[in-house]
Amino acid sequence: MQNELLNMSCKELRDQIAAGQVKSVSATRAVFAALKKYEPVIGAYISTFEQQALTKAGEVDDKIAAGEPVGQLAGVPVAIKDNMCTSFGATTCASKILGNFHSPYNATAVEKLLAADAVIVGKTNMDEFAMGSSTETSSMQRTVNPWDTGRVPGGSSGGSAAAVAGRLCFAALGSDTGGSIRQPAGFCGVVGLKPTYGRVSRYGLVAFGSSLDQIGPITRTVADSALMMNVIAGHDAADSTSVERQNVPVCDYLENLGKPIANLKIAVVPEFNAGADEQVQKAIGDAVDVYKGLGAEIIETDMPHFDYAIAAYYVIATAEASSNLARYDGVHYGHRTQAPKDYIEVYSKSRAEGFGKEVKRRIMLGTYALSSGYYDAYYLKALKVRNLIRGDFTKAFERCDCIMMPVAPTTAFKLGEKIDEPLTMYLSDIYTIAANLAGVPAVSIPCGFDDAGLPIGLQIIAPAFSEDKLLQTAAMYEAHTDWHKSKPAIIR
Amino acid sequence: MAKKIDQAQVRKVAKLARLDLTEAEIAEFTGQLIAILDYVEKMNRLDTENVQPLAHCLPISNCFREDIVKESLGTEKTLANAPQRDGDFFKVPKILDDTSAA
Repeated sequence: MQNELLNMSCKELRDQIAAGQVKSVSATRAVFAALKKYEPVIGAYISTFEQQALTKAGEVDDKIAAGEPVGQLAGVPVAIKDNMCTSFGATTCASKILGNFHSPYNATAVEKLLAADAVIVGKTNMDEFAMGSSTETSSMQRTVNPWDTGRVPGGSSGGSAAAVAGRLCFAALGSDTGGSIRQPAGFCGVVGLKPTYGRVSRYGLVAFGSSLDQIGPITRTVADSALMMNVIAGHDAADSTSVERQNVPVCDYLENLGKPIANLKIAVVPEFNAGADEQVQKAIGDAVDVYKGLGAEIIETDMPHFDYAIAAYYVIATAEASSNLARYDGVHYGHRTQAPKDYIEVYSKSRAEGFGKEVKRRIMLGTYALSSGYYDAYYLKALKVRNLIRGDFTKAFERCDCIMMPVAPTTAFKLGEKIDEPLTMYLSDIYTIAANLAGVPAVSIPCGFDDAGLPIGLQIIAPAFSEDKLLQTAAMYEAHTDWHKSKPAIIR
Repeated sequence: MAKKIDQAQVRKVAKLARLDLTEAEIAEFTGQLIAILDYVEKMNRLDTENVQPLAHCLPISNCFREDIVKESLGTEKTLANAPQRDGDFFKVPKILDDTSAA
């Protein structure tokens, strides 16, 4: 019974809870029972809220029993990446510098989950300040990939992806600055959506690269991704970069999900795909063939500036980070050094003690790129390259509905394999970064396994604000394949 | 292109970033930053003479709203995370030394 419960999608569970067939309390208890069993191995959560979750679940069950209206995620246990502020528990960003930080308010996305009657299981592990591609830069704990506990879950939303894949929640929020939702979703065999920049409020999301960051769902099915988007998407007066409803209305992302798209035109980038491992290439090729079989037209396109995306990204993202992370100064909140000699040491020693190595490295790179004499050569140049990359997309989308490519050049790599080689780690983001630079939405969906049984992700990139069609496209594939139904061996 | 970054520059950047790095970190970061910047400089192969910089992707510029007073966090919530507090104030080390106090 418990396993049956945990294998349900969000949507199935929500429907059954709303119909009074399953109690939210039972689903929540099942999640916490699974946590006791598997969490010591997986390490997906930094903090959990069992009492609070059971109380909320009970309230939802009572509302349903009394025939009162309930929200779209009624009673569904979900997880939140620990870089989103919650007025309960701590918000750590997996960093020591936030110390024992307790946010006085909820991020808008969290507020919306609560308003939709979701049950919050806990806050998930991540790379420190979302800086990393393996969740190994977390200063809190290690998260492993549920498919192979000797491998990374991807990152930076590795805890969220591992929790969803490991049936330790039904859906989770992640954040994606350069692939941090899609790559871990790919590595863990689940669905990860990075919405268009501006579609989901960033209010209460601890800032990393403000022009790139976006909150999005990690789920086990495409329909669940749509359901989560129905809850979290939309304008927020508290985030001036969230887009007004009257300009680009939020739609019901579930509405057309089951309908196949006629005359779908898909672009692939052959020379670009050739950079991926052979087994990844094959899986992507097979996935594109499935679409072909469904009547889609496949065209080839070139993205001449894609090759420069990582270079531009690591200048822009680190420049923005160096500015954003200047707020951690040991004055108002977070870690403060003991016995500073003067006020300068309050800053420099608190920061040196509180930040981990990857964060320091990126602050250094960003500060350098913005410093006098180097601004034009690095930061300004990168912004221009960014425009060229966006131009590649604009041009490509004149001829197609979406672009398909791998989400990562390899499947999940081994723990420790890349952590001492920052540039090698950065290069693993090759397929995901361009969508952030261009602000367009992209999703990763499961499309197979390699010989070692590790999941492979198909990435689909679409024009800005077309998440509805993007998810509809993803659902076409999901309906004709079974990859998303596979479960990691350790929880079978 | 630019001269390779060296340890002296890394020290200067660390000071600008208010990061009290150890000698070992200075040495390690210097090597890594050289490698990363080498890679980043591949951007110079592109002619961007006539390309506008793109700081963000949204078709919006300024967002104005009415200047209306709303409820704020309040003293207790604001000070709740203070590393040190003194009554209703954040407590920090002395910024001016005694000799410069007028």
